[in-house]
Amino acid sequence: MEFKSTRTEWDTLKKDTQERMKAAAPFVKEGKIVDQKDTVALLEAVIKPFDKVNIEGNNQKQADFLAKCLCQVDPKKIHDLHMVQSVLTLPEHLDVFEKGIAKKLDMSFSGPQAGRIAEFLREGKLELGAIHTYLELYGRYFVDLTPKVALVAATMADKDGNLFTGFSTEDTPAIVEATKFRQGIVIAQVNKIVDKLPRVDIPGDWVDFVIQSPKPFYIEPLFTRDPALITDAQVLKGMMAIKGIYGEYGVQSLNHGIGFDTAAIELLLPTYGEELGLKGKICSHFILNPHPTLIPAIETGWVQSVHSFGGELGMEDYVAARSDVFFVGPDGSMRSNRAFSQTAGHYAIDMFIGGTLQIDPYGNSSTATATRVAGFGGAPNMGCDAKGRRHSSGAWLKCGEEYGIKDQLFGPELHRGKRLVVQLAETFREKLAPGFVEELDAFALAKNANLAIEPVMIYGDDLTHIITEEGIAYLHKCRTMEERTAAIRGIAGFTEVGMKADPKETQRLRELGIIKTAADLGIDISRANRSMLAAKNVHNLVEWSHGLYNPPAKFRNW
Amino acid sequence: MALQVLNFKFKTEAPKTIAKKWSHLGVTGSGDLEVLMEQKELGGAVTAKVVTPVKGFDAVWEKMLGKFVNDCHVGDVSIEINDDNATPIVVYMRLRQALAEANAKEAE
Repeated sequence: MEFKSTRTEWDTLKKDTQERMKAAAPFVKEGKIVDQKDTVALLEAVIKPFDKVNIEGNNQKQADFLAKCLCQVDPKKIHDLHMVQSVLTLPEHLDVFEKGIAKKLDMSFSGPQAGRIAEFLREGKLELGAIHTYLELYGRYFVDLTPKVALVAATMADKDGNLFTGFSTEDTPAIVEATKFRQGIVIAQVNKIVDKLPRVDIPGDWVDFVIQSPKPFYIEPLFTRDPALITDAQVLKGMMAIKGIYGEYGVQSLNHGIGFDTAAIELLLPTYGEELGLKGKICSHFILNPHPTLIPAIETGWVQSVHSFGGELGMEDYVAARSDVFFVGPDGSMRSNRAFSQTAGHYAIDMFIGGTLQIDPYGNSSTATATRVAGFGGAPNMGCDAKGRRHSSGAWLKCGEEYGIKDQLFGPELHRGKRLVVQLAETFREKLAPGFVEELDAFALAKNANLAIEPVMIYGDDLTHIITEEGIAYLHKCRTMEERTAAIRGIAGFTEVGMKADPKETQRLRELGIIKTAADLGIDISRANRSMLAAKNVHNLVEWSHGLYNPPAKFRNW
Repeated sequence: MALQVLNFKFKTEAPKTIAKKWSHLGVTGSGDLEVLMEQKELGGAVTAKVVTPVKGFDAVWEKMLGKFVNDCHVGDVSIEINDDNATPIVVYMRLRQALAEANAKEAE
């Protein structure tokens, strides 16, 4: 055998980048600083057609100035870009497709732009690779979706390109590492260029250009829920969750969804949770953004630790002053990190609990609607049983012990736990949209947008519990699909799914402990009202925080 | 939006009327409703009058009110509901709260 390589050149990526860097050289002032007025020219110098490009679009922090500038490049020079980015929030994220600058998209979540993605898909303006979960997309950054050019956002930089991303670090480390170590180019927009950074979050030799943007990067207070808008029905579901799940399993480590249902639970811990004697027994460790509604539980000593995917506007000072609880750097400010938080959320917590829009009779749950390609961000990473988990805990073991098909899967002797995956659903939401449907809208969306698979947020085999105002279904206890469907119908109220419930079967499932109503749990429905909440409005949260929480203007009404 | 008026009548096993002559709970605000309960000789039955802007949910109202009457063994009561787009759970909770209020043992 002759040991002969079939190629002789092994650094083409590096040479290609060097060439681009040469073209960009005229725009560099001191160190790595580029003037904001030269940004479009810089992009035209370093980006080539068909490149994979990442615009840092996080769940919260947005590289909005660079996104705007990318829309201004000449489509004759730069076209057919393949955008790889976790979140599409800004109009500019879609404008690049409208203008013919970009063609292909791989993403995780699209919130406000979801309708336009569906429209562009139909019109052929955009080709969709896949809708990923966050971890899945970050994983592919290191496999086959590595950006050639990354346009990121940071709070501050120095002239050598060192970045301070601080409270809002989010996706930046994952993007920059993937890009730079495959010889790519990293451009950062920063709120401010300074002589000395509070700390270095991204080392300067991983960053090629820094630009002070005309305005601080856009950030959305996505996780602020005004307690004044929590309803009595949410209080009822929260009470059932705390007694029937948190307390029942002794859930110590968990993630909460973004909605009002879990905000209600956070505000019930110091009141109802205290009354049940659960302090110290549940909710010690959170993987969670700094939710303002968690302040009362933190202040009353419920919470030992919180690691965050991202920051939350207005929570900076409070978080910095609670360094026993949050992950705070030597400079005194928090560092979020979505990749690590998602990893923790996948492997290291016992429960994911959050809201959904639709559940079908098999227990598949989705927030997809027929005309919006939105994705689910990180929910599926946490809303699933991590098959690679090998450490045990009380809640995890108990759920596994109750698993109805455990013996068929693992034999009768083996101990294996199970993640609690809980969906909170209202049988009817506002405008009387049903929370339970015979067929998910995900099917219509897959057809409309020509997707290979229906966008399901949480699959039926991962979902262990559903809570509605009618009761809790302990789905993992079911032994057959028939039983599971009956359990779902039994708590689906007056929806088309619930109307098909057989009252005798529902009664049998109650006797088996597969369905528990509020009465079965010993909860008095007439107590379920807003007076149970530890804070009734945003002002109360500020008071709980001793004035350290500084809510954005739109949440200030006093 | 035109309001519609729905009338129902229910009868359950071992019905019990309310302690007070009449009782009122809630407000007709967005997503909420007010409930009036009044003692009335109806041969053990319950009548319910629902005023709501929501169309097409007559069967749901009937099922839910029937469930309430059966679950709580209510009789000889006239119920009046003025609804503004409340979801079924809100209606059911308000009914339970109204009943608790109508049976509250306080000096009258």
